[in-house]
Amino acid sequence: MDSSQLLGITTFTYLFSTLLYVFLLVFKTPRLGIFATFFTLAAFIIQTAGIGLRWVESYRMGIGHAPLTNMYESVVFFAWTIIALYLAMEWIFKTRMIGAFAVPLAFLAMAYASFSSNIGKSISPLVPALQSNWLIAHVITCFVGYAAFAVAAALGIMYLLKNRSKSASESLPATSSHLPSLSFIDDLIHKTLIFGFIWLSAGIISGAIWANSAWGTYWSWDPKETWSLITWFFYAITLHAKYTRGWSGQRIAWLAILGMVSVLFTYYGVNFLLSGLHSYGSPS
Amino acid sequence: MKLINQLWTFFASVQLAILTLSSIAMTSIIGTIIPQGEAQTFYVTKFGAKTAMFFQILDISTMYSSWWFYGLLGLLSTNLIVCSIDRFPAVWRIITADNLAVSLERIEKMNSFRQWSTSSERLKSIDWQAALTACGWRCQTKNIGEGVLFFSQKGRWSRVGVYIVHSSILIIFIGALVGHFLGFKGSVMIPELRNTEKIYTNPDSIPIDLGFSIRNDAFSIEFYNNGMPKEYKSSLTILENGKEILRKDIKVNSPLTHKGITFYQSSYQGHQEFLVWITETANGESRQFSLPFQQQISWDDKNIRIGIINAEADGQRAVRTKIWFKVGDDPAITQWLTNNENIPISSQGKNYSLRVKQLYSTGLQVSKDPGVWIVYSGCGLLLLGLYMAFFLSHKRIWLYQQITAKEGLVSLAGSSNKNKPAFAKVFSKLEDLIEQTIRHHES
Ligand code: HEM
Repeated sequence: MDSSQLLGITTFTYLFSTLLYVFLLVFKTPRLGIFATFFTLAAFIIQTAGIGLRWVESYRMGIGHAPLTNMYESVVFFAWTIIALYLAMEWIFKTRMIGAFAVPLAFLAMAYASFSSNIGKSISPLVPALQSNWLIAHVITCFVGYAAFAVAAALGIMYLLKNRSKSASESLPATSSHLPSLSFIDDLIHKTLIFGFIWLSAGIISGAIWANSAWGTYWSWDPKETWSLITWFFYAITLHAKYTRGWSGQRIAWLAILGMVSVLFTYYGVNFLLSGLHSYGSPS
Repeated sequence: MKLINQLWTFFASVQLAILTLSSIAMTSIIGTIIPQGEAQTFYVTKFGAKTAMFFQILDISTMYSSWWFYGLLGLLSTNLIVCSIDRFPAVWRIITADNLAVSLERIEKMNSFRQWSTSSERLKSIDWQAALTACGWRCQTKNIGEGVLFFSQKGRWSRVGVYIVHSSILIIFIGALVGHFLGFKGSVMIPELRNTEKIYTNPDSIPIDLGFSIRNDAFSIEFYNNGMPKEYKSSLTILENGKEILRKDIKVNSPLTHKGITFYQSSYQGHQEFLVWITETANGESRQFSLPFQQQISWDDKNIRIGIINAEADGQRAVRTKIWFKVGDDPAITQWLTNNENIPISSQGKNYSLRVKQLYSTGLQVSKDPGVWIVYSGCGLLLLGLYMAFFLSHKRIWLYQQITAKEGLVSLAGSSNKNKPAFAKVFSKLEDLIEQTIRHHES
């Protein structure tokens, strides 16, 4: 058994739990809920083991480092964090309805990591610039932030869906009558956004400290840095619109979705479309 | 006066904040698409003369240090300062308010409000202060009319969280300015065994005196089996007035700092020149020479001549060198040597040990930035402020007990500036507490 097999099993189990959660939502069969949670949790544990094993494998190869150092590993960690956040939410708020929106994101991320030809999956040694503990702090903080924003976007979609069926009462009643109330979703979007914002802030800061210890400049306006700042501003604006202009509901739901586009560009677009210091994530 | 007021309102407004933040975010995109810091000719060939001209007028090639981008950052700072001055006094009044001076009508109108009535006798025997303190609500009291008002609060300082966030951004800007005006960024290439007192600024190449001397004792590169670079290392020595002060091996991510100036490993260059060490094995006598490619050098005392006649390179890195070695009148020896390894050689019955190493220059980034710690404290405050603003709230509770001849009345009211659902839970716990306390004294 090696780490890629474990992560492969994870991918398919996330697909299976996604289907269960959607089934739950569409056919209103709460008794199946426990299975959805069970499979998600099982996949999460397998994924944790997979990530751990990959770590061990890197040491066996004599180039030991935490499995957070290239595009493939970061996408896997991104999916892991989404599920961690989702499971925490399911537990705290006692609702499984978010699953149909959040778990597919983790599945998509895993599927992309596993099947895309753009991403090298091999464990490779670290070039000198990446040999820093700040790398680990930086990747973890950023990706916890990104995962929170992904969940916020999923909640945004959920909000819009519920909202639409409320206004056109006959269109999607079966599916969305089961969803939590609009105000509950709205509040949850807000909570996820501020959670993500704090982690993104920490991510940008740890990146700056790392850059300073490696190159002597904490900020050099390279495209990745700049895009992370743009994303950070985007969410700062969203929070201000909410706190001081009283925006809520549909508008914030849209902003949460739009914010995710900015996150995706920062995370992914910059590596493939623009060039800069963050070459470690570039296609290999 | 009217104009000043209008200006003040304009700069204090959150609309302006949203506008400025959006402008910064959107214009920042430009610099991620159009390459920065290239020569004018680059833009002319890539975008055409007209567009390049337009770029030049707007400083697009260095947009993050252009007048208009600094203008936007200045606008953001002004906005933050004015907005904070505008709002902070009111927040300060809430933080330091005498909450016992609140009117009873206001207490009754609060969102969370509950009243109990019981007999006055019973109420007299209850010590509310102790009961509340026991659950973490330390309170102040005041007699009002025929009743007593108890007040307690938690997290009032969380109200400054937002102001800490906003000031932290200003602090980061101040740190950046300090670095800009009192520091420098530069670089230098130092060949092995040489030293320098000067470095050159980026990107203008203005020489700067370090005030001390720095020597490159050795530079080395290590590779992984797959050919990827594993480590760049320079052994550096700081000298002051010819005296060695400090020695350190620097690597990427592990720089050397002396007198506020930090040296970072950033690049290297291989030269067509070699360092040669010759040791006579019998007596351990040794000398080191620096030897350009395809030239000859001699150690006269020992009658030795040596030259490098060929080299095998991987890029600009010499992997093996072919030497020509001649002692006295003996026939010359030619041999391939692996870079930087000691190789034994015999001639005229004497044994020598030879080491040949390609000469490298180490490329150092040099930076002096006295503002960095200001920036870092700003970052720390930013996180602290965000935590306070997002996760803490100012919770206040009032308990009013009124004892008349007929009955005893207890009123509980409370408010929180944030996260009302969480406060509702806190409040219902307090309701339980009061109910239990009253019931307890009934029996
Ligand atoms: C990068 C810049 C900025 C960041 C990161 C930032 C951050 C924040 C955050 C996190 C909050 C929410 C606090 C809460 O939970 O209540 C907030 C609130 C606020 N911000 Fe900003 N802010 C920025 C710029 C500005 C500017 C330029 C203004 C100028 C008017 C401003 C005015 C306000 C106001 C009025 C509030 C509401 C305060 C309250 O709730 O009492 N912000 N800011």
